[in-house]
Amino acid sequence: MFTPLYKYGYFGLEISFVIAFIIGLLFGFVLERAGFSSSRKLAGQFYLRDNTVLKVMFTAIVVAMVGMLYLNWAEIFDITRLYLNPTYLWPQFVGGIIMGTGFVIGGYCPGTSLVASAIGKIDAMFYVLGSLLGMLIFGEVYPLFQEFTVSGAMGQVTLSDWLHLRPGLIAFFIILFALGMFWGADLLEKKFAHEEGAS
Amino acid sequence: MESESQKYWSPYAAGVALGLILLLTFVLMGRGLGASGAMMRSVTWAVDTVSPAHVDSNPYFSKYAGGDKNPLSNWLVFEVIGVFFGGLLSGMLAKRMRLQVEHGPRITDKGRLVLALTGGAIMGFGARLALGCTSGQALTGGATMAVGSWVFMLTMFAAAFGVAWFFRKQWI
Repeated sequence: MFTPLYKYGYFGLEISFVIAFIIGLLFGFVLERAGFSSSRKLAGQFYLRDNTVLKVMFTAIVVAMVGMLYLNWAEIFDITRLYLNPTYLWPQFVGGIIMGTGFVIGGYCPGTSLVASAIGKIDAMFYVLGSLLGMLIFGEVYPLFQEFTVSGAMGQVTLSDWLHLRPGLIAFFIILFALGMFWGADLLEKKFAHEEGAS
Repeated sequence: MESESQKYWSPYAAGVALGLILLLTFVLMGRGLGASGAMMRSVTWAVDTVSPAHVDSNPYFSKYAGGDKNPLSNWLVFEVIGVFFGGLLSGMLAKRMRLQVEHGPRITDKGRLVLALTGGAIMGFGARLALGCTSGQALTGGATMAVGSWVFMLTMFAAAFGVAWFFRKQWI
């Protein structure tokens, strides 16, 4: 195994910043091409009229996940050196609820708001301003609920560690879950297109 | 006359492209993508510029700055600058550059801007509580199969579907 290249010392911090910029360019480009620079398209997901968000996200998750497992199996990629988000069950549960609510109200998420601002969406610029403000408030009130932010700590744990199932099997279930959603999403889009065409 | 803007990519094609970019990030860096972390660092940088003593005394800001730590000297900050220019490049090539406020037919521009600011503030707060946003938790955490990221992703979608009805006038 010789990747992740950075973790194996193939380049240093400064080169990693150049790579960060290039990866960001690709990321932003694809987000815009997917239509994520449009708040109506993003929010349309939650009215099931446009399921682009679900389709793009779960396709990306499946591709990266399968690729990661394959490269690890082929002894190219050392999965133990991949950073894994630590689990803090309660703040992530509540944070998810807060973010889902904010998504419908604001119409963007942090990454997509930057892309939309770049192409001139004024609502996205207000969103960015709002999110910076929200983060400032979070920092200011953090001492009041510091203990909650680390509650339900489970460490760096994957679904496969937690359920005691092989990663490949978990991946298989995630793929099935994704395919089920794609099928349902296409069905719903046809239904809404039909209704709107009829009225 | 304004020429017509290009169509978006198919969601599955965009998803494959995004997945490959994420995989490339894993292979090169041993980490994933993100967005809100870099925004938090910008906020900390601003606070640090106005009042370094305040950063040192606050347990959250001092994670990112304080002493001689520069909050902007970070991988995510450079990635997010790239995200902005990547979006700009795509918008220019697709002829989608236009100054506008986007919303459904049943709300005013002003109403939309108030909600955009409010929603942004709610999400900014939530992203810090959840230790990341759609990019860092849902996308990256989802692909790496982190337990907390899947919890986050499911509650985020559930909450969004749950409250959508109340804000329908903004969008449909």
